[in-house]
Amino acid sequence: MSTYPVESIRNFSIIAHVDHGKSTLADRLLEITGTIAKTHHNKQVLDKLQVERERGITVKAQSASLFYSHEGANYLLNLIDTPGHVDFSYEVSRSLSACQGVLLVVDANEGIQAQTVANFYLAFEAQLAIIPVINKIDLKNADPERVEKQIEKLFDIPIDECVRISAKQGTNVEKVLQKVIEKIPPPQCNTADPLKALVFDSTFDHYRGVIANIALFGGEIQKGHKVVSAHTKKRYEVNEVGILTPNEQPTHKLYAGQVGYLIAGMKEVTEAQIGDTLFLYKQPVEPLPGFKSAKPMVFAGMYPVDQTEYNNLKSALERLTLNDSSVTVHRDSSLALGAGWRLGFLGLLHMEVFNQRLEQEYNMSVIVTAPTVPYKAVLSSAKLIKDRRAVQKDMLYIDERRVILKYLFPLNEIVVDFYDALKSLSSGYASFDYEDAGYQAADLIKMDILLNGNPVEELATIIHNDKAYATGKFLCERLKDAIPRQLFEIAIQAAIGKKIIARETLKAYRKNVVAKCYGGDITRRMKLLKRQAEGKKLMRKIGNVEVPRDAFIRVLKRQTDK
Amino acid sequence: MGHAPGGPGAGGDCWGACVGLGLCLPPQSGVPPPVPTGAPCPQWPYCRKRCSYCNFNKYVVPAVDEAAVRACLVREARTLLRLSQVQSVTSVFFGGGTPSLASPRTIAAVLEAVAGAAHLPAGAEVTLEANPRSAGTARLAGFKAAGVNRLSVGIQSLDDAELRLLGREHTAAEARGAVEAARGLFPGRTSIDLLFGLPGQSRGAWARGLEAALGLCDHHVSLYQLTLERGTALAAQVSGGALPAPSQDLLADMYQTARAALVAAGFRQYEVSNFARKGTLSTHNLSYWRAEQYIGVGPGAHGRFVLRGEGGRSREARVQTLEPDAWMREVQSRGHGTRRRVVLSPLEQLEEVLALGLRTDEGVTHERWGRFSPHLSLEAIFGAPGEAKALQQQGWLVLDGGGLRCTWRGLALLDSLLPALLCQLQRRWAPPAAPALPAQGAAPAGGGGAPRRSP
Repeated sequence: MSTYPVESIRNFSIIAHVDHGKSTLADRLLEITGTIAKTHHNKQVLDKLQVERERGITVKAQSASLFYSHEGANYLLNLIDTPGHVDFSYEVSRSLSACQGVLLVVDANEGIQAQTVANFYLAFEAQLAIIPVINKIDLKNADPERVEKQIEKLFDIPIDECVRISAKQGTNVEKVLQKVIEKIPPPQCNTADPLKALVFDSTFDHYRGVIANIALFGGEIQKGHKVVSAHTKKRYEVNEVGILTPNEQPTHKLYAGQVGYLIAGMKEVTEAQIGDTLFLYKQPVEPLPGFKSAKPMVFAGMYPVDQTEYNNLKSALERLTLNDSSVTVHRDSSLALGAGWRLGFLGLLHMEVFNQRLEQEYNMSVIVTAPTVPYKAVLSSAKLIKDRRAVQKDMLYIDERRVILKYLFPLNEIVVDFYDALKSLSSGYASFDYEDAGYQAADLIKMDILLNGNPVEELATIIHNDKAYATGKFLCERLKDAIPRQLFEIAIQAAIGKKIIARETLKAYRKNVVAKCYGGDITRRMKLLKRQAEGKKLMRKIGNVEVPRDAFIRVLKRQTDK
Repeated sequence: MGHAPGGPGAGGDCWGACVGLGLCLPPQSGVPPPVPTGAPCPQWPYCRKRCSYCNFNKYVVPAVDEAAVRACLVREARTLLRLSQVQSVTSVFFGGGTPSLASPRTIAAVLEAVAGAAHLPAGAEVTLEANPRSAGTARLAGFKAAGVNRLSVGIQSLDDAELRLLGREHTAAEARGAVEAARGLFPGRTSIDLLFGLPGQSRGAWARGLEAALGLCDHHVSLYQLTLERGTALAAQVSGGALPAPSQDLLADMYQTARAALVAAGFRQYEVSNFARKGTLSTHNLSYWRAEQYIGVGPGAHGRFVLRGEGGRSREARVQTLEPDAWMREVQSRGHGTRRRVVLSPLEQLEEVLALGLRTDEGVTHERWGRFSPHLSLEAIFGAPGEAKALQQQGWLVLDGGGLRCTWRGLALLDSLLPALLCQLQRRWAPPAAPALPAQGAAPAGGGGAPRRSP
């Protein structure tokens, strides 16, 4: 590693909108530089997680160090792959701070999209060199000329700086590497300075502990050094440093300007948070700016299907969050579903990926609900905002094309799907942040659900008066579908105090007897009857109404139709 | 007290119902022990065409080797009767398929085989199911001569459009003709099958159809709600949207209308789907619902009996091989083509007694229950506070000196009552305590008097 002076190093990232081909380009770059063998099997090599490979998305940022010769000189190129999805923009911004340039990949047919713009701004504000790369030129509908004009107009980058490629076929990819060397400056740092390392990702390995991906902004680091985290103030001894190719390859030392990994006896990924700064013990430095704890945007309640599964789910959650420090976990409980958790995710995709990993890697099936929101009962308003009881506080134009709107929202209104709805409505262009504004008096009431006049404890909710009718009707309809017909009529009602605000009726059976047992074939009928008898044993009785065990789950379950 | 259970001739000549509990009913002085009885059900599985709603084990083939099939039916009937050791036959029912497509010669041969293997009393009910297209007077006379004394005509509907919808091969006129011919040859012993709840059928259409049927029928009517079975052409038409599915309310109305109309015309509804005037109940069907023994013969036939001839002691649920050619090969090679046999535990038998018995207006009598559960009466199981009591209070069920049965209203909702009753039965039933060892000496089975070596 010492043979690569700072001038020979290029740190760059690939940024793009979802599916424009970042990961495929990364594959090709790895192949060309000989980092991986060139075979047909190289598809999304940097996407190590099963769920990433299945969905074709990158969830965790990975990186790789590439060695490349150009015009007689040897270069060390550090590539950092980034998630394209809007949920992970914080991770993108941290990866970028370790770079001096980016490849901005744009699909030659789709052209500039929401994340292209968002990522461009991130790179621009970080003052990075930006190389536009127009990808998928092999496809029939590709129109690189149009896209180049878009780029020039929106981003002010001259057309001749664009590189047209097909990452899938490898066309012109070598040119990209040359541009990286020519256009992206080497890092401005000095090995003589004290150690200053940015943590831009971390993973958990069962045998070796936390592996932190770092970029050195100054100094050098090797085994035996003692380092301190600027955020937690904790001290660690370095066990191993190395580079990623993309697998871990230990080296003796890492120098300023280089990118690699570090293992230093950290036990949890929360000890190596993205954006944190590491420095040598007794040589503190100014921490790198822009660090913040990941803020959850989407919340969900998660419960085991059966309370006997509680401990299994608990340990699965613990292990899964080992490698995902951006998921927030709080214990919670519900009358209907028992003990569980309230989890916070960076976005809906983040939540879905999490669930999928829970199922695939830990074989757990769970009930996912809208979460409970803490309230204090006391007492006192664009269409999205209006429906959600928000109060506008401020409006500020950043430039001719962007505006910041500040609103005061009840937390209840944003915990479930506000973020997603916002992204949907704005085609991904709007972004959203929030902070706690304390408790505010609101017009809240308790709504009961009744079956033939008997209240169902598990479904009672605290709800805002304005929402009561709609929610009441919704719950009644769902409950009607979840309960089987019986020998008498069932009135399903939503009530506030004594006042009924919504009602559904489940009519009684008038005929329920099988016509014929053909030729003595009684066996089939007996099987069915006995199965129904078994089902009956598991039913709950509310008054005289028999309710299947899974009825409440079906009513409370979060709708996943997105 | 009772005696240790054994094989044939080991004391109790009971008819198998109580065995499996390890006990035998004590013979009562002066009363001869009951003789094992059974009801053979020969199946003729062939049809000329498949109706649009049918999913039964039926085969439409261009040519049937009748002689071969006949020989196999005869052979299997003999084999199974011998295995069951049935001594007296209570009834015979030729089903299928379309039994009226078989020749009278085949019918005669099977009846002869039955009469040869057991006692077939002169007045025993012998029913043949007939399709109107193969129920001309001459043919029916042939069946009568062969030994048939009751006819069940499958008319299903007296409306030509409905018959086409059902995929039936006959017209309404042919149906009428067949019933009239049958009544001529089997007066007071003719039954008709009717279907209601056809897709698109209105209340008015059903009322008219019912009236027409009442004007035509003899003294026995079997009334079935059309069920759309998966895989049938009719079900596909409904699920594809070509035909409307009748609503639950409509079906309920049609059923109740029919019940009331038939009762008003002097019929007794003696089972969910069966109505009889002037005492013409079908003995054969009663044996299903009273959990008596019946012996299925032929492809796909079902049976319930004890294989006393093999030393068996428990009632079995049996099915013969479905596919005719395969069935024939098996019969030819080993005398019968039994595909599946499952021994029913005492509790399983009781569950069947309950589920089937409640289908009749008579319900489950104390006596019948006692044959299957001598140690726990109906009162013991269903009399305590619980599901049955609640259903009684709601007016669906009756438990009294006559036994356990549904009320008129309850019968239409039997499948809503049964799961609860089965729960109660399962909860409250327990096998009887082990019987006291016979007082023969201290020696256990295996020797007389020799001291037992401890392991």
